[in-house]
Amino acid sequence: MIRQPLVAIPASLALLIVSGLAVASAPRSILAFLLFQAAILFIYLAAMPWWLRGAFLGVALLVMMPIIGAYNVYYLEIATQVGIFAALALGLNIVVGLAGLLDLGYVAFFAVGAYTWAIFGSPQANQIFGGGFPLAPGWFYVFIFVGLAVAALTGVLLGLPVLRLHGDYLAIVTLGFGEVIRVLANNLDKPINLTNGPKGITPIGRPPVPFGIPYAEFSYFLVLLIVLIVIVVNRRLEDSHIGRAWEAIREDELAAQAMGVPLVRAKLLAFACGASFAGIMGVVFAAKQVFINPESFTFLESIGVLAMVILGGMGSIPGAVLGATVVTVLNLQVLKGFSLWLNELKNAGVVILGYPLASLPTQLEPAKYERMIFGIILVLMMIFRPQGILPARRRQREIEVTAEEQKSVTT
Amino acid sequence: MSLFSATGVTKRFGGLTALKDVDFALESGIAAIIGPNGAGKTTLFNVFTGLYTPDAGEVRFADHSLVGLRPDEITALGVCRTFQNIRLFKAMTAIENVLVGMHARVRLGLWDVLARGPRFRGVEDEAWRAAGGLLERVGLGRQLHTEARHLPYGDQRRLELARALASRPRLLLLDEPTAGMTGAEARQLMGLLRGLVADFQLGIILIEHNMRVVMEVSDRVTVLDHGEKIAEGTPREVQTNPRVIEAYLGRRGAASAAP
Repeated sequence: MIRQPLVAIPASLALLIVSGLAVASAPRSILAFLLFQAAILFIYLAAMPWWLRGAFLGVALLVMMPIIGAYNVYYLEIATQVGIFAALALGLNIVVGLAGLLDLGYVAFFAVGAYTWAIFGSPQANQIFGGGFPLAPGWFYVFIFVGLAVAALTGVLLGLPVLRLHGDYLAIVTLGFGEVIRVLANNLDKPINLTNGPKGITPIGRPPVPFGIPYAEFSYFLVLLIVLIVIVVNRRLEDSHIGRAWEAIREDELAAQAMGVPLVRAKLLAFACGASFAGIMGVVFAAKQVFINPESFTFLESIGVLAMVILGGMGSIPGAVLGATVVTVLNLQVLKGFSLWLNELKNAGVVILGYPLASLPTQLEPAKYERMIFGIILVLMMIFRPQGILPARRRQREIEVTAEEQKSVTT
Repeated sequence: MSLFSATGVTKRFGGLTALKDVDFALESGIAAIIGPNGAGKTTLFNVFTGLYTPDAGEVRFADHSLVGLRPDEITALGVCRTFQNIRLFKAMTAIENVLVGMHARVRLGLWDVLARGPRFRGVEDEAWRAAGGLLERVGLGRQLHTEARHLPYGDQRRLELARALASRPRLLLLDEPTAGMTGAEARQLMGLLRGLVADFQLGIILIEHNMRVVMEVSDRVTVLDHGEKIAEGTPREVQTNPRVIEAYLGRRGAASAAP
């Protein structure tokens, strides 16, 4: 029915309305919010004219989501997190999905962006320059670009020594790089106190919000805007000689070079582009959290972002966004909700097959299943759908020799 | 002044001398390099295209020395190649493979790509049409959007040729272009090569095992054995050269084949 516009359009509308009402009537229900997310996915996949799809998505993301946030602000927080991770996944998708350079330390660039604003947007910079900080909150908008530039530069610096490495070797070096950045953040509190070490930096300045919008809403809209820009940039890169060169490197590096692709430049550009998205989101993340410390940028975060890319489908833009949504929602909502529910059963003294849950040893506490279930989902996905949920589709376009048909469209 | 020349090319791998003082020159037309397995033919191609740096010797194309240049720089100068063990970008479509071949000719920067202005669209549309035309020419006009890995073997060889042509080379190096093709397909390909030489003033160097193809299509033949050039000349001259016969058939074979 998803392929029939006559069915899909009313179904989309109905799903949106029903899920909206469901969230409004039961703001604490996880299922209601999941239904809303499913409605968005349905609209994306359903057959309909592009402008109608855009209108539906616009209503869902620009109107309904903030209203849902008014009912339950935690959902808005989840949506913002999804957006942050979507941008990270899209950045990593360039490096891993397109250029085929396995990067296990990607979160380092996120950290670089976050610390860039954290240091200058808080009194922390006084430790270095003596006084005059924090910068005025308006500087946040400048630092979005500073974070981009610093992260891109870091990407190039990482890229240079690993240019000759492939596959496993590259993965190990990038893993080490990610750890180096985290350890630096942990230890650069002396001799000059740059990062304030494990204690972290706080309070980090938040940007001035126009029209008195609540900060949670503002943060959501800002992240949404950045994700949209990142998607557009990603698409343009992918559908150009640059993106094709990256894919050629992924497929066969030697042949790519023999066909005229300058490997050094193409790889460094991939690292820089991927890193810059993470850098931007790092700045936003630092302002949103007000507090950051090295614990936010562990190896596990890098693996999480990589899982999003692989789960969604390597090299696929919608895949990266969906992967980020699935992993974030699983971690923040579904698995948490599941363990809460098990806990309730346990506290209520439920007996299963003659065995009282309350007498479970602490090693088997429901909260401990979260990671395990996540792991099982990853294993099953890789066995049964290794290409990801929304695998990359090959670009096609009609090629006509006649001049009128030059304005052919990518399908 | 020849289009392409190599003088005194020597390449060693540890104790093995893969190429010893090899001279080679091409003015125009089609030259073939033949020799038994392990003679150093592909090594010579790798030296020509910058994958290997020779231990001694000079390689010149037009007015440039190619020694020390990267493969992509050599391609940008106008020398492109195919590979013995077809190296296509397997997950990409046929036309995308050809578009990658055009990389060295695309004059667009990062900003053009991000801004996606009329200049970008003009260059991109032109590239897609040119790529379509090239695929048409090698006989893959119906497989534009087929992923390279799904093409039959002979078509993959043709696609590799189209991809190499996309860089608009003045010299094309083909490593066993007819391997795995039927006789009819091979003849068709040779006709195509002749046409390319005539239309684009293209120089072609072939490595080929199919002697019928070599004899039919090449203007000059160079024979390598154990990394040394043992003969050179027109196909007919080479065919009757006793050292060549010896290299291919061994000493006793040469004795019985001698008139």
